[in-house]
Formats: sequence, structure tokens, C-alpha cells
Amino acid sequence: MSTVAAPAPPVRKKTPRLRSRTEGVGRLAALLLSPTFLVLGLVVGYPILSAIRLSFYGQPGVDPETGFVQEGQPFVGLDNYTAMFTGGEGSRFLNALGNTTFFTIVTVLLETVIGVAMALVMHKAFFGRSLIRASILVPWAIPTAISGLLWNFAFQADGVVNAFFVPGDPILWTTDAWQAKVAVIVADVWKTAPFIGLLVLAGLQVIPAEVYEAAKVDGASPWKTFWRITLPLVKPALVVAVLFRVLDVLRMFDLPYTLIGAGKQSVETVSMFSFEQAIKFNNYGLASAYALALFVYTAVVAYVFVKVLGADVIGARAGRK
Amino acid sequence: MRQRRVIAAAGAVVLVLGLAACGGSDDSSSTSTGKLEGVGPIKFASGKDTSRNRQKQVAAWNQAHPDQQVTLVELPEKADEQRQRMVQNAQTKSAEFGVINLDVVWTAEFAANKWVEQLPEGDFGLDSFLPATVETAKYFDKLYAVPLNSDGGLLYYRKDLLDKVGAKPPTTWAEMKTVCDQVLKLPEAKGSACYAGQFDKYEGLTVNFSEGVNSAGGEVVNDQGKVDVNTDAAKKGLGFMVDGFKSGLIPKKALTFKEEEGRRAFQAGELIFHRQWPYQYSLANATDGTSKVAGKFAVAPLPGLDGAGVSTLGGHNLAVSSFTKNKKTAVDFIKFITSEEQQRLDLEATSQAPTVASLYDDAALIKKFPYLPTLKASIETAKKRPAAVKYQEVSTAIQEAAYGAISGTSTPDDALKNLQSELENLTKK
Repeated sequence: MSTVAAPAPPVRKKTPRLRSRTEGVGRLAALLLSPTFLVLGLVVGYPILSAIRLSFYGQPGVDPETGFVQEGQPFVGLDNYTAMFTGGEGSRFLNALGNTTFFTIVTVLLETVIGVAMALVMHKAFFGRSLIRASILVPWAIPTAISGLLWNFAFQADGVVNAFFVPGDPILWTTDAWQAKVAVIVADVWKTAPFIGLLVLAGLQVIPAEVYEAAKVDGASPWKTFWRITLPLVKPALVVAVLFRVLDVLRMFDLPYTLIGAGKQSVETVSMFSFEQAIKFNNYGLASAYALALFVYTAVVAYVFVKVLGADVIGARAGRK
Repeated sequence: MRQRRVIAAAGAVVLVLGLAACGGSDDSSSTSTGKLEGVGPIKFASGKDTSRNRQKQVAAWNQAHPDQQVTLVELPEKADEQRQRMVQNAQTKSAEFGVINLDVVWTAEFAANKWVEQLPEGDFGLDSFLPATVETAKYFDKLYAVPLNSDGGLLYYRKDLLDKVGAKPPTTWAEMKTVCDQVLKLPEAKGSACYAGQFDKYEGLTVNFSEGVNSAGGEVVNDQGKVDVNTDAAKKGLGFMVDGFKSGLIPKKALTFKEEEGRRAFQAGELIFHRQWPYQYSLANATDGTSKVAGKFAVAPLPGLDGAGVSTLGGHNLAVSSFTKNKKTAVDFIKFITSEEQQRLDLEATSQAPTVASLYDDAALIKKFPYLPTLKASIETAKKRPAAVKYQEVSTAIQEAAYGAISGTSTPDDALKNLQSELENLTKK
């Protein structure tokens, strides 16, 4: 992935005059950036604060005499948070969290392997290369909701998947059981492996040819060349691609929703559960609590990625060297 | 640098939060139990107008009332999405919609939240309506809507095959099984299965489960509004479906059937009996090659445990939004579109079941829609689904219990026991 390197800050001997000049620059920078911070505050800060506030409120009760819903939302303190781990709602939430984690690990692993393979194919110079590149990207260009519906047709009891790949009794892919998980994984890998392929291809293209020539002269096998040269050099791009995919899968919603259906617990993700609570049950407090839990979970995963794997999301390293 | 990374990570997940945050609503409902006054243009929010007849009806009204123009707002085809649009409009107290077209099961939620106006019972000629349909428009004994369409379940059966073995359409589940045993021995019935309804995990399963329970003499929620589903009768009702899947009476793949999947199977000749709404009648009779059973089937009332079964009531009601200015126009428009004359035109154009009783006895209409007398019988004895404010949660709990039992992950006894306690929780608050 090509990163635009920010110009390195001038490192000079620190003199009093210079320091005051950089201070002035800092103030100007803050001023120039303030509209950005304002927008970020509105579109990032406000929803988060609003969700935190909402998560302390419950659903209004119903007056047993008149049947009318009582006015105002009652303050319930931490009830929405304890409900995550207790009772029926709790087991559904933990199940959703488990599904989300399972999908993230399995799909991203498969996508990485297939995506890298695709990139290697696309990188080779051969006849019709641009056609292959374009066709590999087609699944990624289809909106997820549409590909969910397409796969839903394919996975029906009398659909093409059963007709071609399942001998004997048809497998009921869209029923609420383990096979629904398989269906979601297949559809997700089909759709987003090209995304990883695309980013890795960009990484491959900046590896200079001399490195490979040197390896050839030294008599390295293709296998060794891949592990010792290609992979390390493409790693910065690959890690960023994987991080994006992880963040994406953690909030997966549309694919299981359109492919399998709402309310099926074998494929229910935290986003789907939160959506059901908010939009279907009008229980915004509980939905906010779930969304916040997912937010924290995602933030932790992203942090670990940046720290442990050194994902260079914003080109910081390029600027530092 | 670190700070910017954190911001980047935060930005990546903010979409998730936006989901919950956008629902931020203070549910302080307006106290406008005002009079139904105000004349002027209104908007009529209704599901997708697939037959284009709704537009014609609106045009007819507009021609007669140039100063009270009605604009049709077509909502998505899916019921859940229609409800979302209407709920969101009500929560923001938007004056956009004047008349809203509610599914019968939403009446309680909209009335309890005071999103729709209470209506005077004497004004709409409700005496001429099928009483069961009027019940769906009431909440705590007060009228909040006027029935526009009704719907009831019918038993579609392969008349050609039943005639061959000399069988009559069954009135009980046991008879249905006996008839199937005979019919399935016929060479023409090779590869067919006996029975299917709507068994995927969605609203249709709530309908089919309720029909099973009611047809066995049980109830989900009784007359006093108490949950009473952990009973022998309910066990027999659910047991019919569970045993059906176990014995192969109901094909395994019916677990994926919504209305359309089932219709395709019936039209392909894969089913002897099919529980379905009236809309399938004309489609399965199409002679353009899409249906293999055109002219080979008929309809009968749903079978039950010891006698005729009980259908679950479907349909749509029209209500006046609490937030519109022109409520008198809204009421007058509802009177116009639910009149016998308009319902007749609508039935002819869309084959949607009307709510005016006399239309079911009209000879000319029966000639065109031979299922009308059976449908009338079905609707007259039909039961409505629980009128709960939290209907969506109630229905979800029912689906969870019924799906667990028919897919074999829980026993009917456990499923009903859990359902009883869950429904008690949902209706007590």
C-alpha cells in the first residue's frame, strides 16, 4: 500500500527563538484543525455520549388500568449492563458475542489466505491479466445486502448449492443451526477475499524486482522466496488490510440478516441483536448498552492490532524514519 | 500520533454506535386526545401498491375533494420495514402521515403509545363488517382503527388426487394423515409430501403456531389477557407440528418455508395439503406454465384436533395519526376507502379479502373468487394474535419456542414451559 509520507519535522538545535516560532506554528495548526475537531466531535463524540446516556435508561411501563404507555423513560442505572450477563437476554448476548468472534477469526483467516493467493495470481504478468484482475474484484463490488440475497437463493433447499455439491438429502442451509454459520462464512469469504487481494496486490507492486533477481542468483527456491522476501515486504500492507477486515467483521450485520434472517441465533451477531432491540423492540437503552460493549470490544482489538502487530494505519512509521 | 490512531480506530466503529444513538427518543407522548378536526391535504402511508389499485382509489377521492388532496406514500413491501417507518415518524411526532395502514398486530402498540387517535365507533358503519375484523382494531375496548382488509388461513388441497382415492377434504389432523397415506400411494403423487405451512423463524411461524394451539382448543393468551400456553391443548397443537416433522408428514425442508417458498412447492406439485393465505389461489391457478396444479386444487377450512380448525386473523387496519393537522379529512378518507363500494372494487382488482361481510355472499364475486365462502367461514371463527404493546417481543418469544420444538432442539414440553414464563414477563409490565 502506498503511503504518503508526511514531511519529517525539522530537527534543529533548540534555541529560544526557534521554540517560540514552533509554538506559533502549533497554535496556527490547532486553529486550522479546529473545524475538523468540531466535525469529529459532532459525528463521533456526540453519538458516543448520547449512547452512553441512553444506556442508563429503560423502557417505559404500561398502565394496567388504561393500557397506555407511561410517559418518559425510567432511569435504570446499570441494569442494562447486568442484563448482558444474566437471564435470557444475557445468554443471547453472549451467544451473539461468541458468534461475532467466531466469524471474525474464521472469515479473516480464510480471507487472508485466499486473498494473498489472489494477489499473487493478479501480480504475475500474463495474457489477459487485466481481465482476471477485474473479474476477481467483482464480488467485492457487489453491495453486501445484494450478495446476501443472491447467496440466499443459492443456499435454498432446492438451490444450486444443494443441487451441485450435496449428494442425497438436501442440507437446509438457512435453518437455525451450524450449517447457517457455514453459509455465512462462504458468502463472506467470497465477497471480501478480493478486498485483501487488492490491498496485498498494491503492496506487491512496490517490491523492487532487484530483490527477486538477487534471490534467484543466490539460488532460492520459489517457496523460500515467498516466505523470506515477498511476505515480509508485503506485511505492512497485509496487516492494515487484515485490521480493516477485522473491524469490518466485528460489526457484521447485513450478510447474516439478508442471507439467513433476523432472530436466528446460530448466526446472530452483536450488531443484529442490538438492531433488534432498538428498531424492533424500541428498547434503545439495552441496545445502546450492547452497542457500547461492542465498541469497547472493537477498540481493544484495534489497539492490540496496532500495538502487537504494528499495523501502520495512518502512515506514521513512514513519517518517522 | 497515538491520539490520531485512537481517533482512527474510533471512527471505524462509530457506525455501530450510530445505530443505537439514532433511536434517541423521549417517549413523552402527546396528550392530544383532541377532536377529529381540521380539513386539508393529507398523506396516506401504506405498503407497496403492487396492484396499482390503491393509487386509483386515491385518485377517485381526490377528484371529489379538490381541497382535501390525499397523497399516497408507498412504504417498503416488507411489513417490518413499514412498521419501522411508521414508528420512527410517530416517535419524532412528525405530521407527515395523516392516515396509516397498520397490520392488525400493530394496533395495540400504536394505540398504547397514543400514536393514533381514538375513533368514534358509530361513524364507520362497523355493523356491516365481519365482527372478528373489528376486534383487531380495538385496544382496551376502544376503537383506534377501521379494518380495511382481512385475511384468514385456508387449506389448499389437491382435489384431483383426493378424488382419485375417493376422499373428502379432511376436517381433522388425523383424517388428513389417513387421506395422505392413501394419496401418497398413487403413482401421480410420487415424490410429494403431505402437508406444509409457514415454518421458518418469522411472523408466519407465530401464525401457524397459534393456529395449531387454537385448533386443539388451547389459547396463547386467554379472554382475560392472561397467558395460558402451558396446557395440554397447546401441547397437542404444537405436537401436531412436531410429530409432523418427525414422521415425515411435513417435509424437512418446510423448516425454510415462508409464504413464497411454500407456494412454489405447492405449485410444483410437491404438496398434497398446504396451509396458505387466499392470495395463492389465483397464482396457483395461473395457466401460463408457472403452476403445475392449475385447475387441480380446491380450498377447505383448516383442520383441527377434533373438528374444524381455527385460523389466525391477518389483515390491515387504517388509523389516524395523532400528529396530523387535518384529522377530519383523515377520518372522511377512511370512511370512503372502507366503504362497501370501494372494498368491492379493491377485491376485484387485488383479490385482497374485504372486511364488509356482504361481499362474501355476492354471487358475482363468488363466481370470480370461488374461495370466498370458505374464507368467510375461516375469518368468522378466526382468533386474533395477542394484543400486546410489546407484540414484537411476544411474537419473537413464540417463534423461538415453536422453532426450537419443530427443529428438534427442545421438547414441546420445555418449549411451552419456557414460553409461558417469558410471555408472563412480557405482559406483566
